[in-house]
Amino acid sequence: MSPDTTAGASPVNQDVSLQVPAQAHLETHPGLSPDGGPSVTLSIWRGDPGGGAFVEYQMPAIEGEVVLDVVHRVQAGPAPDLACRWNCKAGKCGSCSAEINGKPGLMCMTRMDQLPQGVPVVVAPLRTFPVIRDLVTDVSFNYTMARQLPPFAPRPAGPDGIYRMMQIDVERGQEFRKCIECFMCQDVCHVIRDHEENKAFYAGPRMFIRYMELESHPLDTNDRRELIRRRTGLSLCNITKCCTEVCPEGIHITDNAIIPLKERVVDASYDPVAWLGRKILRRTKRSAAEAAADAPAFSSPTREDR
Amino acid sequence: MPDHETHDFDVVIIGAGGAGLRAAIETKERGLRTALVCKSLLGKAHTVMAEGGAAAAMGNVWPDDNWQVHFRDTMRGGKLLSNWRMAQLHAQESPERIYELERWGALFDRTSDGRILQRDFGGHRYARLAHVGDRTGLEMIRTLQQQAVALGVEVFMECKVLRLLKDADGRASAAVGYWRPSGDFVTFNAKAFVIATGGIGKSWLFTTNSWECTGDGDAIAAWAGADMLDMEFVQFHPTCMVWPMTARGILVTEGVRGDGGALRNAEGRRFMFDYIPPMFASETAATEEEADRWYDDHTNNRRPPDLLPRDEVARSINSEVKAGRGSPHGGVFLDIATRRSPEYIRRRLPSMYHQFKELAGLDITTDPMEVAPFQHYMMGGIWVEADTGATTVPGLFAAGEAAAGMHGANRLGGNSLSDLLVFGRRAGMAASDFAGGRLGTPTVEEAEVDQICKAALEPFGRDSGESPYNVHRDLQETMQQLVGLIRSETELVRALDALDKLDERTKKVSVTGTPAYNPGWNLATDLPAMLTVSRLVTRAAIERRESRGGQTRDDYPKPDLELGKVNLIQRLRPDGTYELEQVPLPPMPAELAALLEEEPK
Repeated sequence: MSPDTTAGASPVNQDVSLQVPAQAHLETHPGLSPDGGPSVTLSIWRGDPGGGAFVEYQMPAIEGEVVLDVVHRVQAGPAPDLACRWNCKAGKCGSCSAEINGKPGLMCMTRMDQLPQGVPVVVAPLRTFPVIRDLVTDVSFNYTMARQLPPFAPRPAGPDGIYRMMQIDVERGQEFRKCIECFMCQDVCHVIRDHEENKAFYAGPRMFIRYMELESHPLDTNDRRELIRRRTGLSLCNITKCCTEVCPEGIHITDNAIIPLKERVVDASYDPVAWLGRKILRRTKRSAAEAAADAPAFSSPTREDR
Repeated sequence: MPDHETHDFDVVIIGAGGAGLRAAIETKERGLRTALVCKSLLGKAHTVMAEGGAAAAMGNVWPDDNWQVHFRDTMRGGKLLSNWRMAQLHAQESPERIYELERWGALFDRTSDGRILQRDFGGHRYARLAHVGDRTGLEMIRTLQQQAVALGVEVFMECKVLRLLKDADGRASAAVGYWRPSGDFVTFNAKAFVIATGGIGKSWLFTTNSWECTGDGDAIAAWAGADMLDMEFVQFHPTCMVWPMTARGILVTEGVRGDGGALRNAEGRRFMFDYIPPMFASETAATEEEADRWYDDHTNNRRPPDLLPRDEVARSINSEVKAGRGSPHGGVFLDIATRRSPEYIRRRLPSMYHQFKELAGLDITTDPMEVAPFQHYMMGGIWVEADTGATTVPGLFAAGEAAAGMHGANRLGGNSLSDLLVFGRRAGMAASDFAGGRLGTPTVEEAEVDQICKAALEPFGRDSGESPYNVHRDLQETMQQLVGLIRSETELVRALDALDKLDERTKKVSVTGTPAYNPGWNLATDLPAMLTVSRLVTRAAIERRESRGGQTRDDYPKPDLELGKVNLIQRLRPDGTYELEQVPLPPMPAELAALLEEEPK
């Protein structure tokens, strides 16, 4: 069951036991007595796979706070069992992704004073992934997709044992390696957001930039283009750029990864000149079959498959 | 009681930051059945927040650099209390560990001839930090994560370890914990364990550490009887954000200063020139002109005092603020805006630019940052054998921030990331050997396991206790106020009293809901570890009646010659208290000692 993330919409599978009037917290929790000062209200989805509802928490406003700060104060006050993921609280780890007022964002980098004032801020879990509890979702899909990737396979180093790469040649890959795996690009991708059935064969924007990173890596020897065509569902992407818009690292997912990847795959499979070239010229990259054999998911499924 | 599952492995690694991942890669490559157990999702560990880089004497920018100079810098930075053998291994092996990351797909910034670029950092004589802009930790954790995944390491994510159990012969044999998503208990039986759980910062109110850094590894090792080393040495990183209040403690990389940033007080004065200690006078610039020339010419100029080791800079900032020359929000100014071009700043320090822009509404290319020292790193921790990472408990190994010895009284910036790689690998090697040589199936008493699970669930059974968040908050206030950067006997003794009371309160906390993904309950199970570690820190801080590195005593402001020759070891007694012992430093070979004498050119 996925929660409805639209602000103000009626909650899915409403559970009345979770609906506690906001005022109750102010009365029962010491230190939060209404003092007439400015306040903020979070409307947080609370529930589990069986269903849930939005619950409002009114808290005193504090200057400079981000959404995660208020969530933490809710945990320390009225709702100690409110589940949410977070780690660095500095926009570097990608743990605290949520749908804030209907849009995916990192709770740690979304300032309260930049959201509409005077109305509750609606915080819901990422919709594309199954809910575990409250704001925490099961993102194992992304880890499964990561294991299907034939890993980096570098060419041998130079005579002195050291690789030489120019800055300009590593910069494309460095852009993709800024990815903090917040999985918000996966969350907004309509190929899987509203189509659970596509998940089995769709790697998603996060993995497309990973494939493109390796495609553009100056040292890599694996040819993954045939695999990308057959197994990652790249053709299902119709370039709506939703992923690019939500990327907190500003990675040009569509322009710099997905479109070039599509071109490379098409060239590899359907371009007669490229085909002829491959027949005549010496092959420098390993084949699709060789590359596929390297992917860990095909040899040793792990715990995350549960 | 919830379901209880059991797994059998050769090696179980607790913690999936840099050290844990590197250890797991090693044991997996050696063919051992390896489990990697971590409290968060894979790839989110605190290593991801490291910014500036990994120190390794590759000599790509300054060919004069070599392991001997790196060894010297590390030992002096650690105020000569580092384990010399660890400092030597670290200096010798770091370059190969960095090149290894490159073979696994890492993309470091490059020199103009295509080699790995290195940047300047505090306390390092040469530009030595391999880096990727200011997101080196992310690059490192992702590379290690992808390599571990490629090798098929089994990862148990969002799984918290509560205790480590020994068999009848005293060997580490099982780790008992729970799955955070379900709250179900799990036991890992293994022939060897590696603790790589990182730091302890969550016992302080303002820290650069993430929620995970609750000292779990230190505590479970101490409870299992392992020797704990130099627990008084806690690093306060000199430059952390101070404003807005809610962003207080977020790290500002030393790379800002390495790339030309200068510390200034409210009068605009570069005050670090007033705080150059005698130990570093011969290698530190005496004038602003010399300091500024150094960035382009390390050979004929000396390092700016802004790049003194972290303990020195942190104390100096503290003194300026106390003297009333601080910034509006209680820090000092860190200015790179007037010293480097906006393009340069955005290219070299992209996440600093982003972080201040988003959280403080401040453009670091036009305005100075406000910074102050906050808790950042734990030099002390589990005593380990230098070459192997073996603790005093057979079958138990440790690496990374949880292990101690490498950094002595103060860690140099950049030495942590390379420490994780060098000693993560070594712990993995030694754990593999130990597991390979251990016969039979590890067994522990079922009743012990049951007792641990029962105790963990107790907060659910109490309905009138206080919230674990209240206890945690008070613990943080206590450590922040009484066991901070500047310490005194009176305050430390008060802290011990306060910790006793917090211990009692922890035994009475109650939580609501079910064990499934319940942060309140998770915190309740983290509190015992935080309290144990806080007590070990405070006890050692009382015992070391001198100022040295991460230990600054108001009542003993100078280093003590005799205390400079000893480490402090604490270990659990059968009655539940900890004995504390002064242990002489291991004797250093003459050829290494000679390196320390050498004056820089």
